[in-house]
Amino acid sequence: MKPETEQQLAEMVAGATGPLRIIGGGTQRVTPSDMGETLETSGLSGISLYEPGALTIVAGAGTPLSVIDATLAEEGQYLPFEPTDYRALMGTQGTPTIGGVIAANVSGPRRIQTGAARDFMLGVRFVDGRGQILKNGGRVMKNVTGYDLVKLLSGSFGTLGVMSEVSLKVLPVPQTQATVIIEGLDDKQAVAAMARALGSPYDVSGAAHIPAASGNAACTLLRIEGFEGSVAYRAGKLQTLLNGFGASSVESDAGNCARQWRDIRDVAALAGKDGDIWRISVRPSDGPEIGTRLQAEDIVYDWGGGLIWARTLEGSDIRARLGGFQGHATLVRANPDTYRTLARFHPEPDLISQISQKLRQKFDPHGLFNPGLMGAIS
Amino acid sequence: MLDEQEAKHALRFLVIGYIFLPKATELREFIMKMPVPNPSILASKAQLVARFLEVLPEESVIYDEVETRAYECDGLAAYRCPPMVAVLPTSTQQVSDVLRICHEMGVPVVPRGAGTSLSGGALPTADCVILGVARLNDVLETDYDNRYIRVQSGRTNLSVTGAVEENGFFYAPDPSSQLACAIAGNIAMNSGGAHCLKYGVTTNNLMGVRMVMMDGEIVDIGGGHLDAGGLDLLGLICGSEGQLGVVTEATLRILPKPEGARPVLLGFDSNEVAGACVSDIIKAGVLPVAIEFMDRPVIRASEAHANAGYPDCEALLIIEVEGSDGEIDEQLAMILEIARRHNPVEIRESRSAEESARIWLGRKSAFGAMGRINDYMCLDGTIPVSQLPYVLKQIGVLSTQYGLDVGNVFHAGDGNMHPLILYDANKPGDLEACEKLGADILRLCVDVGGCLTGEHGVGIEKRDLMGAQFTNADLECQMAVKDVFDPAWLLNPAKVFPLDASAERRSG
Repeated sequence: MKPETEQQLAEMVAGATGPLRIIGGGTQRVTPSDMGETLETSGLSGISLYEPGALTIVAGAGTPLSVIDATLAEEGQYLPFEPTDYRALMGTQGTPTIGGVIAANVSGPRRIQTGAARDFMLGVRFVDGRGQILKNGGRVMKNVTGYDLVKLLSGSFGTLGVMSEVSLKVLPVPQTQATVIIEGLDDKQAVAAMARALGSPYDVSGAAHIPAASGNAACTLLRIEGFEGSVAYRAGKLQTLLNGFGASSVESDAGNCARQWRDIRDVAALAGKDGDIWRISVRPSDGPEIGTRLQAEDIVYDWGGGLIWARTLEGSDIRARLGGFQGHATLVRANPDTYRTLARFHPEPDLISQISQKLRQKFDPHGLFNPGLMGAIS
Repeated sequence: MLDEQEAKHALRFLVIGYIFLPKATELREFIMKMPVPNPSILASKAQLVARFLEVLPEESVIYDEVETRAYECDGLAAYRCPPMVAVLPTSTQQVSDVLRICHEMGVPVVPRGAGTSLSGGALPTADCVILGVARLNDVLETDYDNRYIRVQSGRTNLSVTGAVEENGFFYAPDPSSQLACAIAGNIAMNSGGAHCLKYGVTTNNLMGVRMVMMDGEIVDIGGGHLDAGGLDLLGLICGSEGQLGVVTEATLRILPKPEGARPVLLGFDSNEVAGACVSDIIKAGVLPVAIEFMDRPVIRASEAHANAGYPDCEALLIIEVEGSDGEIDEQLAMILEIARRHNPVEIRESRSAEESARIWLGRKSAFGAMGRINDYMCLDGTIPVSQLPYVLKQIGVLSTQYGLDVGNVFHAGDGNMHPLILYDANKPGDLEACEKLGADILRLCVDVGGCLTGEHGVGIEKRDLMGAQFTNADLECQMAVKDVFDPAWLLNPAKVFPLDASAERRSG
């Protein structure tokens, strides 16, 4: 099913007799094809409002991310949460949609400084499991009118409703950027260096560490963005601040920096290789210890050590290896058998899980949307 | 930014409200209805108090009818009603014990932080228990490597920053009541502040909570890591106005303090031009930490009161940027270049901390200055920035229609308006007219694509206007969320949703 209007979407959901598999562009491959009849949102496409002076854009959930990026770029603006393009990592084709990005709360390196996708969501229109068209939030930057279902819908992976339209806060693209690079740090030193940088007033907008692998030295990257003079000033200050961690260099070519950070964003270091892919959110200072316990084939640290991307041998139960920790591990890429045995989402404490399931029953009383995803629902 | 003037004025406002108590009570009945107290709950008071005393020390249970008066209102002081009992627990376990008892006995609970809500979020009903978290005010953990602080929720907003500033950090959300307001209330209302254009509001700076559910269950959500592994319950709880649970601990993001900050003052001879200037600055890629807007009535009032030397013009902007001296110079140069294209009647740059303070002085005195003229009601509608000139013009038209003066002072960068309607609490019918004008202004905000409240919350104040922004189905969906957390509708039940919409649920 591929609705072309919100009204059609509502009618399709109201008339559904069995489970629905909700997809945007299908590039994250979150829902297996046997989950139910496919309901694709790509027909709900188009930008209905863009006010650069108000930093606001409103678009259909199925609007390709590339269309949004291009429209914003014409006015020198962008989506600051820097969503990961999953195609290379997941080996998928297709077109990422803004709805898919929001449904999975996809946020890249800039998340540590400026926020996640959910932080830039201002409003949503969606169809619930009864086929009702509902809305929450709006298109203004400050809005506390009623409950914040916008946050709840963001990152709900299509389990509460099918989004038809989203409104987002955007920001001006920084004039230029630079990356301060330190080579040869072990994971622990790297996380300490990143903590020092992120705790400084120099407005670091990216802090990633790629450990040494196959002959390449370990590489710790710190991004600074803004006006030219300011970027040069802060890069210099950061180098001084991080003196104790060894020699550093500065990549000040904006194009090279953009490529570097696109690779971090899209986890290029782990793409195109066999095995399972895990995405683990932890307290940054716990990162190195968790990284060791993972016994992974490859690792990339983002978010100052707070986000670990790991490639492991197929079927490895890394949650068992990790034991208890503050955070969560999501199985991003695996074969269907592994998904079944290990579960994609991190198990939650009973009470949280009960609340989540009850919420889901309220939004989707017939259990139509992505059944089996995000915890079992019967 | 700390605003002593506003805090002082809030106190004065409380005093005025107290003096005119009989009239305020009469008006409350007339305008903003609250549910009729349940006689069987009132009759259970002695038993309830006895049960509280089993789990709380004597000094934590307030049930004397004179003493409960201390909790009869919040910052929306025109409405007041002493609670049946007030309790002041000192631990999460005590909060849990209190809620379990109330749950068993079917007694409504109104959670209260510092009681600074401007929307009546902590207004009691006669048959309720006020659950105050003010005695839960410890810092539990500061973690500079991971950039968070964990505090008990009764701690005041400003003292969170106070706990980390020696180490060069601060907590970003800065509501004007920050000297007094509690983190619990900030989370309940998703509070903002003047500097959220850059740093976001409470929900963007909240990493985790410990929360007690109405049945006494204690739940931890989020923590020192980022983002939810499942549904974003943290995002749902923030801004739920104390209707889903009672937050007793919070993990808050702290940020390194910028090297410096400096404001510039710009005067314009029309609101339209000032609005266009704001829009152009934002489009040019400069992102100030604050853009504050004052119109002529507020400029004149604050000038008469604080004498900050503001120009007598139609509209005034205060724009603040952050960074090192060099970075500040660079950003201000860009801002001034844009501003000059709009022919400002005044440009005042700051060359010292004293001059910066003087630029902010009038803005920070604005609420108090308006209060010197008369009583006022502060609205909180938010609009798309592009609609600023039109909305200001329409507010002027409505102001004339109702015969009540309205001043505008607000956060222009994010469209969060704060129209101040002046009225005379002693003049019969004035408060009623003021509330009607307020409702018309808020409907105007919704009509141009905005919302009823940007940072104060719905409470009782905007409760009955919710239909202007939401359909019945939209509201039903939100109420279904409360059904999950609080099936008996005992937590702050008569707030947020129009009373008729929630009637069936509240009656059990």
